[in-house]
Amino acid sequence: MTRVLIEGVSKRYPGRGRGASDIVAVDDVSISVESGEIHAIIGYSGAGKSTVLRLINGLERASSGHITVGDDRITELGERDLRAVRTGIGMIFQHFNLFRSKTVADNIAYPLTIARVPAAERTRRVAELLSFVGLQDKAKTYPEQLSGGQKQRVGIARALATSPGVLLADEATSALDPETSKEVLALLRRVNRELGITIVLITHEMEVVRELAQRVTVMDAGRAVEQGDVFDVFAHPQSVTARRFVATSLPVSPGPDHLAELRERHPGLLVSVAIEDGGVDQQRVFQTLAEHGVAVSIVHGGVAEVGGRVIGRVTLELAGEMGRVEGAVAALAHETQLEVLR
Amino acid sequence: MEDLFAISDKFLLATGETLLYVAVAMLIGGLFGLVIGVALVASRQGGILQNRPTYWVLNLLVNFFRPIPFLILMVALQPLARIVVGTGIQDPAFMFVLAFAATFGVARLVEQNLLTVEPGVIEAARSMGAAPLRIILTVLIPEGLGPLILGYTFAFIAVVDMSALAGIIGAGGLGNLALQYGFRQFNPFITWGAVLLMIAIVQLAQALGNVLARRVLRR
Repeated sequence: MTRVLIEGVSKRYPGRGRGASDIVAVDDVSISVESGEIHAIIGYSGAGKSTVLRLINGLERASSGHITVGDDRITELGERDLRAVRTGIGMIFQHFNLFRSKTVADNIAYPLTIARVPAAERTRRVAELLSFVGLQDKAKTYPEQLSGGQKQRVGIARALATSPGVLLADEATSALDPETSKEVLALLRRVNRELGITIVLITHEMEVVRELAQRVTVMDAGRAVEQGDVFDVFAHPQSVTARRFVATSLPVSPGPDHLAELRERHPGLLVSVAIEDGGVDQQRVFQTLAEHGVAVSIVHGGVAEVGGRVIGRVTLELAGEMGRVEGAVAALAHETQLEVLR
Repeated sequence: MEDLFAISDKFLLATGETLLYVAVAMLIGGLFGLVIGVALVASRQGGILQNRPTYWVLNLLVNFFRPIPFLILMVALQPLARIVVGTGIQDPAFMFVLAFAATFGVARLVEQNLLTVEPGVIEAARSMGAAPLRIILTVLIPEGLGPLILGYTFAFIAVVDMSALAGIIGAGGLGNLALQYGFRQFNPFITWGAVLLMIAIVQLAQALGNVLARRVLRR
């Protein structure tokens, strides 16, 4: 079942100055997010991903196109109706945006007050959420006494208070250190798996996409330039932007400078081999090399796990008699993406 | 030296009058100023109730009245005072003008202080489905309360300053005492007595403001 449907949506802002043409922040973007899915939108700053996220809960209004969340047609609703819809869509932020005048418990209770939940029920729900995010002992503290990771956990608890079906995450881990970032990602995974909440997240870090998302939309200059299963985009990025993002998160072939350096240290033939679960049979690669009597060492690269599948690229040094090495390369060229680095 | 009791009676009366003027001006002007200041923040570009004409009118109103020197405003508003409080002179008229001036001063202070509230927390409240009025009452004002208290303290002191001109339209207070009995009758004892009392009022107000703001800001 489709949970969030974005169809041909654009957002234009009037340009500054007289006669200035409109600034197009989002340009004809379509995204379909299934129920229970974690969908990542990745892009550089200014790519329009932040605007797309805010169009989903109507914090910003689309200039054209249609957005549907569940049964609610966001783009057709007035502000009053949108407010009711928003109680069913949680949102978390890069800088947490906690109310510093309220305690942790009051922060979490705030959306419940808006949703007119009775006081007794509010208290019960706040305790439940605090224990879900592991901050039972922080109910009466104020946000400034918390660490960044704790603040984001309060943010998540607050966003989940009204039991929304969809959670929008705006660069939720970008302000956190790598360790804390991992904890928050793990919590978001629990939110998705244990509570079945659909998550739409935006990020500029491919690591976040790799660790969390099932599907990804790559945005550049307001347009969705690539879309698909995370593994497919990692394995076969089509657009320049996607390729650049993948390169930040996966082992790749060495660059020209690095290659020259490697060649100095390794006299054998250098080849680059793509590794991909379901695409390349690793065992066959190494078996073929062994059969040809070629000595193999891994000199660069490695593998990573994407959605529980292994993917990566290694650079091998093939040593041995010239004829044998060439024979092995010729044999492998048929069955794998092997590239000789000359 | 005059009869000490007579003088202390004068001081007591004048202090009471000053406190009354300032209290009335801060209550009425503080409230209207808060409303106008909040309306300025809400209606400005990117505000929660963005409305260009409203912002333009309010902004013009504040900019129109605020630069008028209080002495001139007091005289210029006499006709209006006659309509609103029934007289153009003495206590009622003076408190009216003082509240009027405080309104526009406070409005600008409130606007400036509320603009320090992170737009992110407003956005968070909106994302939870909060309506504009709820956001103003439960997010904007509580989040900006620390700076607001300091702003009101500043306004209070400015109003004490303005209250010294009460004598011009026949009202009293410490400023009038200093001018009538100290300056005109060459009695520096009264002048400086009034000055010290005003300093005491200002000090107390500032100390109270600081304590309250610190409590709210928890730092």
